[in-house]
Amino acid sequence: MQKRDWLIFLAVAVFLAIFPFIAARISAISHYIDIMVFAGIFSIVSLGLCMLMGYAGQVSMAQAAFFGIGAYTSGILTSHFHWHPLPAIPIGCLLSAAVAWLVGVPALRLKGHYLAMATLGFGEIVHIVLNQEVEWTGGPSGLVDIPSLKILGVRISSEEAWYYIVWTAALCTLIFCFNVLRSRVGRALRAIHEEETAADAMGVPTARFKLQVFVLSAVLAAIAGSFYTHYVTFLNPGTFDLMWSIRFVLMVMLGGVQSLWGAVLGTVLLTFIGNEWLRVFADFDILVYGAILLLVALFLPDGLVSIFPKGRSASGNV
Amino acid sequence: MSAESPISAAVDGQAGPPLLELKDVQMMFGGVMALRGVNHRVIAGRINSVIGPNGAGKTTLFNCISGLLKPTEGGVYLDGERIDGLPPHRIAQMGVSRTFQHVALFKHMTVLENVMVGRHPRTRSGFLAAGFRFPGMRREEGLIREEALSHLEFVGMGDLADIPAGSLPLGKQKILEIARALATGPKLVLLDEPAGGLNMKETEELGELIQRVCGKGVTVLLVEHDMNLVMDISHHILVLYFGEPLTEGPPSEVKANPAVIRAYLGESLTDPPAASSK
Repeated sequence: MQKRDWLIFLAVAVFLAIFPFIAARISAISHYIDIMVFAGIFSIVSLGLCMLMGYAGQVSMAQAAFFGIGAYTSGILTSHFHWHPLPAIPIGCLLSAAVAWLVGVPALRLKGHYLAMATLGFGEIVHIVLNQEVEWTGGPSGLVDIPSLKILGVRISSEEAWYYIVWTAALCTLIFCFNVLRSRVGRALRAIHEEETAADAMGVPTARFKLQVFVLSAVLAAIAGSFYTHYVTFLNPGTFDLMWSIRFVLMVMLGGVQSLWGAVLGTVLLTFIGNEWLRVFADFDILVYGAILLLVALFLPDGLVSIFPKGRSASGNV
Repeated sequence: MSAESPISAAVDGQAGPPLLELKDVQMMFGGVMALRGVNHRVIAGRINSVIGPNGAGKTTLFNCISGLLKPTEGGVYLDGERIDGLPPHRIAQMGVSRTFQHVALFKHMTVLENVMVGRHPRTRSGFLAAGFRFPGMRREEGLIREEALSHLEFVGMGDLADIPAGSLPLGKQKILEIARALATGPKLVLLDEPAGGLNMKETEELGELIQRVCGKGVTVLLVEHDMNLVMDISHHILVLYFGEPLTEGPPSEVKANPAVIRAYLGESLTDPPAASSK
């Protein structure tokens, strides 16, 4: 991270730290803490997607599926098998990584729209499995009896506690992603995005890197899914369908596809738009999201972060 | 048509073992034969050029060597090891790097970052090492930066390190491609028309740069249309004509060869094969 990013990071961290105190004192926005917990969880997904889409240039319409794999792995292990929630999280990550690897090997040979289509198809398959495997997933009626998160014997139940855990995780993810981008790996990913042939000729194993960043995005989505499971303690396949994959893509695009800060900003905004500000349009959410996507594509192709001045002349968005 | 210039005659006087050997390399695109069996040896430590009229198969030959294309027939050997069919990044790792006829820089990355990408095959840190900034990765990152800067300074672009590569004038972009190629630590560097689009002064500087590259011990294989440049700096020239070697030898010989003159000017040539490579 560069100096400018650290300054933004510090400002954001301070804001996030005091936000619950402010929100708790104003009854009109006291429920914003709950929405912010969701925004934090979704941020972890969109940070991974931002790495994949914005930097490596590979579109995935399957992030909700990986989110679901993490969520249901945690849900099933803790409800059916009474696992402790913490060890269930890495199992979800491993499963998600394995599936991403299996899907990625053939799918990442495709480019652009074809890759989007292939991942979309895969996402639908996962959604169907979650709906049909009633014995394990509870099917359309949902998975219940999921315990809340327990850390060192303490049950995490208050919204505030969740808020701090989730946002700590999101900020750690952010730092991790920044570190990856400002390294040999990040340069390789951006090189693949810009000139794949040249990257290959310069010794970058393009297929391997695309696969690795796809797996990384799937693992991050799975971690977020586990958090989601234990926060909501109820799962229903509807949260893991194509619409949610599109929402994740939209979150990244709204903020700025080539900016990690943009991914977080877009996620927070879209979570508030979906859960609060435009709730009256709930039945027309597809229309609302479509309109947002259209407006962003037309007027803000580089997302909301393009409104802010850039830190340095080249790739200041890293 | 190459009957009057047997290739074996030109091979003598070549010192040392071949760094790169092409054995009967053929490349077909559908029904079009872009390379019709090229046999050639590139001797280490020299500036070797490939010339020929448009469509002779020069770029196709480069693509076959660097792994972007897999030859339909024949083999490419680097230091005796067969490399055709390997993916480009493996071939880069083994010590063959290249530039592109149509500049293929990472335009939105800085000049320095472009060259840093070139260090990829000589470095190792992966996602976890980078994400958690392991000490080894930080040391490596410092080295990458240092080495990339020294390559930039070698080509005389040290002062342009922090500007986006896409905002450079074409001449500088061509030079930057050479710096990026050198950063991979190659034994052999393929330069595909580096002088295309350069003015006379830039071309002169390019010639000096290529000679300095060779002076560093990096073997050069050059495809170029600027005959003054080729004749000035090459130690050895291969002439391709419709996918076949027409002749090869030192510049003085090639220049005087009537078959070469005919190939370029098209004089009294009966029966030219109707194939094209581009």
